[in-house]
Amino acid sequence: MISTLTRTERFLALWISMAVSICGLALAIAGREDPLLIHGLLILLFGLVCSYIVMFGYEEKAPGTERLSLYYDEPIKAGVIFAMIWAVFGMFMGVWVAAQLAWPDLAFDAPWSGLGRLRPTHTTGVIFGFGGNALIATSFHVVQRTSRARLPDQLSSWFVLVGYNMYCLIAVSGYLLGITQSKEYAESEWYADIWLVLVWVTYFVLYIRTLARRKEPHIYVANWYFLAFILVVAILHIVNNLAVPVSLGHAKSYTVWPGVQDAMVQWWYGHNAVAFFLTSGFLGMLYYYLPVRAQRPIFSYRLSILSFWGITFFYMWAGSHHLHYTALPDWVQTLGMTFSIMLLVPSWASAGNALLTLNGAWHRVRDDATLRFMMIAAVFYGLSTFEGSFMAIRPVNSLSHYTDWTIGHVHAGALGWVALITFGSFYTLVPVLWKRRQMYSPALIEWHFWLALAGTLIYVFAMWNSGIIQGLMWRTYTEEDTLAYSFVDSLKAMWPYYVARAFGGLLFLIGAIICLYNILMTIRSPDKAESRDDVPHPADLALAGE
Amino acid sequence: MDHEFWVVFSKSWGLFYLIAMAVAVVIYAFWPSNRRRFDKAKHSVLEREDEP
Repeated sequence: MISTLTRTERFLALWISMAVSICGLALAIAGREDPLLIHGLLILLFGLVCSYIVMFGYEEKAPGTERLSLYYDEPIKAGVIFAMIWAVFGMFMGVWVAAQLAWPDLAFDAPWSGLGRLRPTHTTGVIFGFGGNALIATSFHVVQRTSRARLPDQLSSWFVLVGYNMYCLIAVSGYLLGITQSKEYAESEWYADIWLVLVWVTYFVLYIRTLARRKEPHIYVANWYFLAFILVVAILHIVNNLAVPVSLGHAKSYTVWPGVQDAMVQWWYGHNAVAFFLTSGFLGMLYYYLPVRAQRPIFSYRLSILSFWGITFFYMWAGSHHLHYTALPDWVQTLGMTFSIMLLVPSWASAGNALLTLNGAWHRVRDDATLRFMMIAAVFYGLSTFEGSFMAIRPVNSLSHYTDWTIGHVHAGALGWVALITFGSFYTLVPVLWKRRQMYSPALIEWHFWLALAGTLIYVFAMWNSGIIQGLMWRTYTEEDTLAYSFVDSLKAMWPYYVARAFGGLLFLIGAIICLYNILMTIRSPDKAESRDDVPHPADLALAGE
Repeated sequence: MDHEFWVVFSKSWGLFYLIAMAVAVVIYAFWPSNRRRFDKAKHSVLEREDEP
């Protein structure tokens, strides 16, 4: 890895690592009376390990100019592996918290292992650890291939990837320590947030610089989606995390937003995190890896442009549907509801575009589990965007809000759409990256596919049942106009569904472990591909009977 | 420039610029001379060479 950096870049890398170590030391000293001490030491250690790695390879031979005629894939390889490690960690935490809801004894009475602290390690682990690393890795791959341009330098991409993983580590370890600003999907405290801004701005600049070097006159639509993801996440992150720390020696900070504005800013952030982190970037993946794997161009390029602008513009306004029946002004709630319903149009345009691309290649979908991952992802994308628009309607929301239906909806999107499109993309990308003819074991991909699909269906159906029962029990009145059920009654009714949910999650986790194993074995296998194509060779995709 | 002003402004002009933007995007997507460029783009990802 260090051998691919130029001399100047090695010097800069060492300098940055040292600067990070010093910042960590300063935080540890300033926060010696506070939980901040542990994070200061963690940052110090992280910086020292990076310095050591750079110094260890410092004297290796510098890369020649022949590198400039090749794509720069080293950080992409690391990103894929980081993503899968985070997937296994995040999904394990998910199974654990799901099991705690069914069997509360699994909290083991320790302060760090209660549901409140473990749950954000699950959400951050899967969304930011797994999803974020997958997005960074695939975006570096797609932008280089579709622009026919190498990343402009070797250091920025490593800074983005390694810096981003340091952010995830600080965030997740903080939740276990009880450090949180209690904003959903934005729990990390001020120092981690400032660091993420540095990383993210570098990411944005790197992406723009690569696009500026492109040899293709037109910027392929997948890049639009990736760019929207990077730019909007930067805006959301900065605005939602504007906060004043108690002091530079305290982990705790207070947001600058007061009362209901804080709630609105948080859900403007929260829903757009779903839109631009969990949708836009993954649509970027879909628009590249699906056509490549299916060996067919996207059904309608024009439609992809129309849905891009629809999604980008409409999503911005939808966040207030998280605050129906609250102190938020009625007209803002109605605005959020209206835009959520309109969103169905561009969302279904994208899902339809993906499925129509496969029209004529259904035999491939039948026989190739990788393509099937992407096809089912598009179906779940269509289903969960329909469900989301529906749940944003105020009277529907009065039944669904605060119930497990919301959890079911989120997981239809997160498991069925986000994770499946990522697995499909990885199974397409990994053989290309490591120059192998195909994945180590197609049979294991098949196993992974069925485990993931079964896990998702069990999970989602369990939560639909549980959520609607909860919602109905909470609004059932007796003839005397009192509530018919206590909260504990509804809790008892949830038990079988909580067991089923934990089981569905477990199947999904086993699938992810199989995927990690399959990727590692592909890297280790000696089966080198002959050619250096950036799309799979038709012979390797060819199926019996073709 | 008080709160009322901005509410009226956003409730009226918000509608117009949303529609204007939608029209602009449709014109861009269907502009005849863009067809060749879009067709080239959608086939470009299937080309098989692996050098910049």
